[in-house]
Amino acid sequence: MTTNTVATAREALISIRDVSVAYGGRRVLDSVSRDIHRGEIVALLGGSGSGKTTLLRRVIGLERPDSGSIMIGGVDLTACSEAELAVVRRKIGVAFQESALFSSLTVDENAALPIRELTDLADPIVAQMVWMKLKAVGLADAGRLYPRELSGGMKKRAAIARAIALDPDIVVLDEPSAGLDPIIAAGLDELILFLKRGFGMTVLVVTHALDSAFRIADRVAMLYQGSLIAVGTPAEFKASIHPRVRQFVQGEPERLSDASEGFAASFLKEFHA
Amino acid sequence: MIAAIGRTAISSAADVGTLTIQLWRSVLRLPAALPMVGNGRRWRTAVRQMMAIGVSALPVVALMSFCLGSVAALQAAAELRRYGATRYVVEFIAIAFTRELGAIITAIAVSGRSASAIAAEVSTMVVSQELDALRVMGLDPIEFTLAPKYLGALITLPCLTILSTFFGIAAGYAFLAASIDMTARVFIREALASIMLRDVVLTLVKSLVFATIIVHVGYMEGLRVSGGPEAVGRGTTAAVVNATFLVIVADLAATALFYILGWSAAG
Repeated sequence: MTTNTVATAREALISIRDVSVAYGGRRVLDSVSRDIHRGEIVALLGGSGSGKTTLLRRVIGLERPDSGSIMIGGVDLTACSEAELAVVRRKIGVAFQESALFSSLTVDENAALPIRELTDLADPIVAQMVWMKLKAVGLADAGRLYPRELSGGMKKRAAIARAIALDPDIVVLDEPSAGLDPIIAAGLDELILFLKRGFGMTVLVVTHALDSAFRIADRVAMLYQGSLIAVGTPAEFKASIHPRVRQFVQGEPERLSDASEGFAASFLKEFHA
Repeated sequence: MIAAIGRTAISSAADVGTLTIQLWRSVLRLPAALPMVGNGRRWRTAVRQMMAIGVSALPVVALMSFCLGSVAALQAAAELRRYGATRYVVEFIAIAFTRELGAIITAIAVSGRSASAIAAEVSTMVVSQELDALRVMGLDPIEFTLAPKYLGALITLPCLTILSTFFGIAAGYAFLAASIDMTARVFIREALASIMLRDVVLTLVKSLVFATIIVHVGYMEGLRVSGGPEAVGRGTTAAVVNATFLVIVADLAATALFYILGWSAAG
């Protein structure tokens, strides 16, 4: 299955076309193309160094790709002005891997920050919006706490509350379940599903957690060495015969080079002797 | 050897370029932090920065100034006493602090406290992706983080410099009152006679330059940090060392400039 042939009956909210990025001669993204439709949850899978984060930073407009285009709601992020970019950014909420909560602000103030900075709404309305979002992520009682007083899972929830503060069309989550125990991670999966069902948001989740991706995603895409090697529903993805996908799904280690394999073998022999 | 010198020269030139761009962008954003005309939230942040950079540095600056004022008085008196001219210690202390010591003591104290604190804060914001989060929200990190700090330092450093000068001269009085029973009335008359408005103004201008160096070097070193916690430590050390060094170089440059322009000639 190639990445370009999926029929696009519905409107593509995010349209990534031939995006390439190279760092110092090394290709990190190699002509990646993908459409993401309104109201779907897409999980972007890939191992460390596969280009996930590089692609994510392009999609949220933090950096521009070397070539290719990224259209969001009809605006090309790679060619638009700062003012247009600012408009597009208001349609996107991002929860970063490190949560990126402002440490000098409480959870309430963190979630209120985008509303206060980017709108002229009166304080009582801001407070109400913030309370709604905190309620949605299950932190209604934690509003007065500072980020350092939160557990790992609560931080992620607070970051999501801030990301959805302005009711964005698109929510981008970078490794939401990294470093969390399975129960907390499953709770976050429920929350991500609620973003889609409750708010009708389009969600792009970057993750390396397979079980989570299969549980929440409408479609799963996998990056390997800068290329999208597989895209499909979780069922299609599990049934894929692509060797790299099979390796990823079954959790096999990367094949070592012959030289280091020889070293590992001799090391093991010595170890057992 | 030559290659090493060249590399250092290139990286220093690059640093100067980075600092200049950063300075220019923050100057453009400075109005946003002003009260009344700017954004009230930035002004409140600037006030918090004034507390952190200025108010909480008060005790250390006062104590350092009093100690160095006493040292200067003792050293001067040791010489002047031999000619029976101990009372000229007043003139010496007053001129030394208004022209030079007040500004440089303040700058070194603030550099040690705040250049490192700014570098640590900014590098933590980089590592925890807070600056990315600001940019994604469409908020300018320079306006949000740097401009309030810069404004806070621009307002507090001259105040601290005046305070430092006051405490240094007060140390001179304490010494003279103890050693030759000089009365406060005489001391104040003599001190005011040797303080020149021009000296005070030039010193306050210098303190604005020092404020610029401390905040911007701290911010730049913070932004540069990449990697783990030990990089944060290296960044804060580099911030203090470089800021202090640049403060002294700038002091030399400014003093030499004033000298050449004839602004520092007495009388």
